[in-house]
Amino acid sequence: MTPALELLNVEAGYGPFRALFGVTISVPAGGAVALLGANGAGKTTVARVASGLLEPSAGSVLVDGRDLTGERTFRFARAGVAHAPEGRSVFATFTVEENLTLSFQRLLGSDGLDDGLERAYSIFPRLGERRRQVAGTLSGGEQRMLSMARVLVEAPSVLVADELSLGLAPIVTDEIYATLEAIRASGTAMLIVEQHVGHALALCEHVVLLDKGTVAWEGPADEAADVVVSRLFEKSGG
Amino acid sequence: MVLAAGTGTDVVRAILQGTPPGAVYALVALGFVLTYKTSGVFNLAFGAQAFVSAAMFFQARVEWGWSTVPALVLAVFVLAPLTGLLMERLIFRHLRTASAVSKLVVAIGLSVALPSLFETLTGFAGVAGRTPEGLVPDGATVFYDPLGVYPFSRDELVALGVAVVGMLGLGALFRFSSIGLAMRAVVESPRMTELAGIDADRVSSVAWMLSSFFAGMAGVLIAPRFNTLMAPDFFHLVVVAVAAAAIGRLVSLPRALIGGLGLGIFIALFRTFLPRWSADHPWLEPFQNNLTPSMPFVVLFGVLVLWPAIRRSPAAADPLSGVDPPPPSLVSATRSAVLTRAARVFGVCFLLLVGLTVWFRGDVVWVHLVTQATIMSLILLSVTVITGLAGQISLCQGTFAAIGALTVFQLADRWDVSVLAAALVGAVIAAVVGALLSIPVLRLGGIWLAIATLAFAFFFDAVMLKFSWVGGGDSALLQGHRVPRPVLGPWDLADDRRFLVLVVVVFALVSVFVIRIREGTTGLILRGLRGSEVAAESVGVSPARARMLAFAISAAIAGLGGGLLAIHQENVNYGNNFTPMAALFWVVLVVTLSARTVEGAAQAGAAFSLFNSVILRGDGIGWITRGHLPGFFPLSPKWRFVLFGLASIQFARHPEGLVEHGKRRATAGMDARLAARRERAEPGAASSTAQQDPPSPDPSKVAAVGKQP
Repeated sequence: MTPALELLNVEAGYGPFRALFGVTISVPAGGAVALLGANGAGKTTVARVASGLLEPSAGSVLVDGRDLTGERTFRFARAGVAHAPEGRSVFATFTVEENLTLSFQRLLGSDGLDDGLERAYSIFPRLGERRRQVAGTLSGGEQRMLSMARVLVEAPSVLVADELSLGLAPIVTDEIYATLEAIRASGTAMLIVEQHVGHALALCEHVVLLDKGTVAWEGPADEAADVVVSRLFEKSGG
Repeated sequence: MVLAAGTGTDVVRAILQGTPPGAVYALVALGFVLTYKTSGVFNLAFGAQAFVSAAMFFQARVEWGWSTVPALVLAVFVLAPLTGLLMERLIFRHLRTASAVSKLVVAIGLSVALPSLFETLTGFAGVAGRTPEGLVPDGATVFYDPLGVYPFSRDELVALGVAVVGMLGLGALFRFSSIGLAMRAVVESPRMTELAGIDADRVSSVAWMLSSFFAGMAGVLIAPRFNTLMAPDFFHLVVVAVAAAAIGRLVSLPRALIGGLGLGIFIALFRTFLPRWSADHPWLEPFQNNLTPSMPFVVLFGVLVLWPAIRRSPAAADPLSGVDPPPPSLVSATRSAVLTRAARVFGVCFLLLVGLTVWFRGDVVWVHLVTQATIMSLILLSVTVITGLAGQISLCQGTFAAIGALTVFQLADRWDVSVLAAALVGAVIAAVVGALLSIPVLRLGGIWLAIATLAFAFFFDAVMLKFSWVGGGDSALLQGHRVPRPVLGPWDLADDRRFLVLVVVVFALVSVFVIRIREGTTGLILRGLRGSEVAAESVGVSPARARMLAFAISAAIAGLGGGLLAIHQENVNYGNNFTPMAALFWVVLVVTLSARTVEGAAQAGAAFSLFNSVILRGDGIGWITRGHLPGFFPLSPKWRFVLFGLASIQFARHPEGLVEHGKRRATAGMDARLAARRERAEPGAASSTAQQDPPSPDPSKVAAVGKQP
């Protein structure tokens, strides 16, 4: 079965700065891969390459077996890659409803738009209450819900989620991860970048550990806990 | 004051009278806001686009004898969107991540280049006294008076109708179509828009075509209000649009609409009532004559200064901007001591050679041109100080220079003061004006500072110049501002060669002064402020004081230069030398070539004065080929504006300027070669010195950083 997302020997960077040195990661269809690593290991860069935001300087990116290397970002999105970027991931000057409309219009057409909005509001009633509110004034958790709602209503083939729990209260993080479970159940493959190792390991069956822009270790999630812990101690001890 | 009978009718009449121009202002403001909202570009070239369409329409109607509809289709429905598309595709798409100020500089360059490019390509020339054609026959002579209060001309009704249709259409587009939402999304973050599966490039192309269409439409509609089709009038138009748009904080379309209409009506009310009040209160009289034409600039300046919240426009930063490579850092020019010495020797030799050639071989014309080039270099040094050192774009340097020139005229004319002393006084007055202006303006910063200084320049142009204690009044209008040449001790500087020596000495002194400032504490503070205002403040630097000083120094240099220019030309020649449009070109020249160095100002001054004769007229080629000129010479002098205007596009990529950029690449390459040769001669020596040197950027890396889009 072709993987939903494949990065083959990817090298990438920003201007003169190199961030990735030959990274290969494969996310099987319907599978979930956790991407762990220290600050500056290149996790966010992997996520950006995976969704086409950043063009790799070498290597290739395949979505559902199709080589999309060097294509524009919107082609990745149309091929079924959804990316929830790190930090704020909604249009701050748009209202909640406008944010959803922008995503749904292409996916559902103008006929399906109202239906899609209703479905989003039934999943997240809070968003329904605040549909006229400017998204930039929502709380961090609500902004996350908004970006999740876009993904939930029309399941993409791959979800690339970058530090979803960043800056959120633990209870909100739990809520977000419950949502991710639901998205997974609908058949969406996932590449999860996360610093909350516990959450990531609970959600994903496969783990990739990045270190200084290369894959340092990869394996099943139940073995990962030990590796991560030992590496963490090794780092802080040495 | 007792209100005269019929005041109510007058108010109504003024409102009706102000509505049609107000509607056109609103149309321009809408287009302007549309561009700003959808591309983040403060498009000062909007007026140039309006001019191009209006001129195309005029050309097709009058010169080619087309009928209205095909001419309109060509000018507004084809040419205008095409211009917008090209501007987006070729220029602004690649600058999406550039700072607002660099985009503004590019737009200023385009506003200089576009009209000249159009005029050279089509052979269009604005002819005085030929009123531009309206959309309908007899537009200005057939009137309708539906309310019995104010007769609307046909042109006015057409303008009103088109403006209303345009606004409704735009409103509907944003309200009901998906492209409207996508346009707004692209402004906030093109990358996030693409993550939603929308082609951001196509959306911004559409936005540019649409807003350019508005510019073209407004140009054709407003043209009949002018008595000649000239690009500067349309530049005024864009300032009016900015004033209207500023009322809506540049982002609100409905408020821009209200702003435009309000401005039109406000001006009409002012025109109706001010003459009456000034009949009762004589002190109002000069204002009555002078203030009315400049209302938009006063409003703009007032809005900017009195409502500082405007700069906190609600635009949100792109959360995905981290994807872009870091901006090319302003690498300090590093070159080896050998190369520095070689360059200095070469520079001195070159200057000596040029100086001796001009002194012994130059005829009257060449001495004149070189003198002018030197004075222009002096004036442009003021841009080096304010833009190169302080990092602020000031568009009123022409006004400071004019203050210097007019001071020389006034003092020499009224009190027979020696013109050289008067030039110094002019510099001081300009410095004081600059310092005073900087108080309200400096806290604006960025593009708003540029706009406020532009408004001030237009205000000076329209109001202050009319006062006899500034512009000399009626006698000066008739006879020009005559300025005598000075006598300095035993030397009568009426001799052009002697005057050239004086000018060169002054330029050298000011250059040394500027270099000392740049290398001294003030320069350090200003450089720190450019890097990070917050960081500079945290170590105890007062940004306001440092920038005020820079502003005052810059104004003083401009004033001194303006005074010398007037002495050189023995006339002030305000219209040729110091108009806001002329000053716009100065800024373009300096930032395009090199904004931070004295050489940059000198090169810009030389380019300003000599480019036309040496390159375009073909004298340089002719000298080399001994008179065998290729047939396409002489080229139109307008190419100067086109070339330098378009070259300013490079500013966004190489903020250090083209010359400086090229020089750095060349010196980096040469240094590498020198080092390699030393390495070969003496293995190990070069590498050991490299270790001792402070970490100098690797030449290949410098080039790579410079090439980053």
